[in-house]
Amino acid sequence: MARFNPLSGHHPLETRRTDRVAPRDRGQATAAAELDRLIHERMRLGIVSALAANESLSFHDLKKLLATTDGNLSVHARKLEEAKYIACEKYFEGRLPKTVYRLSPAGRHALERYLDQMEALIHSMRAR
Amino acid sequence: MRCAGPVRSRRLRPAPLNAHAIEDLRFIRETMENAASFTAVPGWGGVAMGLTALATACVAPRPTSATAWLITWLAAAPCAFAFGALGIYWKARRAGTPVLTRPGRKFVLSLFPPLLAGAVISLAIYSTGLGRLLPSIWLLLYGVGVMSAGTFSVRVVPVMGLCFMLAGIAALFCPAAWANAAMAAGFGGLHILFGTIIARRYGG
Repeated sequence: MARFNPLSGHHPLETRRTDRVAPRDRGQATAAAELDRLIHERMRLGIVSALAANESLSFHDLKKLLATTDGNLSVHARKLEEAKYIACEKYFEGRLPKTVYRLSPAGRHALERYLDQMEALIHSMRAR
Repeated sequence: MRCAGPVRSRRLRPAPLNAHAIEDLRFIRETMENAASFTAVPGWGGVAMGLTALATACVAPRPTSATAWLITWLAAAPCAFAFGALGIYWKARRAGTPVLTRPGRKFVLSLFPPLLAGAVISLAIYSTGLGRLLPSIWLLLYGVGVMSAGTFSVRVVPVMGLCFMLAGIAALFCPAAWANAAMAAGFGGLHILFGTIIARRYGG
């Protein structure tokens, strides 16, 4: 099974223009093209999934959970924040700055739609 | 020697998309499980455990009759645990979640070793005639179990464990005649107090 390469950021389910796709795989490519690219990326999918299981998570908790770096998490969280999939709250706890993320209704809906698409893809492939 | 196979045709035919989709779903499930805490901590079940302890403290003989005292409390323990287990089952069922999720398994696995150690130490202590130490040891080890299990649960659970440990330390300095009172205050009072807090804040 092809593994996700966090350095390239390319997900196996994403279809690049340069990829050579056989005719029988074109249906799969169409299904992949309909996926929400924003949460399709593995790190962003991880952030949304983790927040779906919790009311809120701090930046530190997410970083530990997803075993990533400050910079990487920050970049992906900002993209989700710009799409209004997650809400970010910054405050000071004593003298320490703290960042807490929550999943927005739009983010929850996007995750549910993504799960539905994944399940539909699996069912359609098994039905062949 | 094994044949490596036609490399060119492999490149042209990517792994089936449904395999990637399954992998994605697995990733989502694992991430959610790792991120979640054990929320089926039984609030009302804890209250029932506390009421069991209070009732037992009322009917338990004075600690001067060590064997009868021990048998009474040992008989109450399975009842209290049954209430706790039923509380967990009821709460998880109401929330529509399985009882033994990953955090749930971690919670149970962290809770039971100190309880098992408590049972073994109790036997050794009772056989050496130091039965007056039992309330303190039970409260302390129960507190250790709840505190460590609480790391996989909501924040109030480790605090409850800490309070049980403090109650155990306090019981260590109490006269032997206060054994029932220490048990009532610890297993009764603390369970009822924290059970009510958990029930109100975390839905039952």
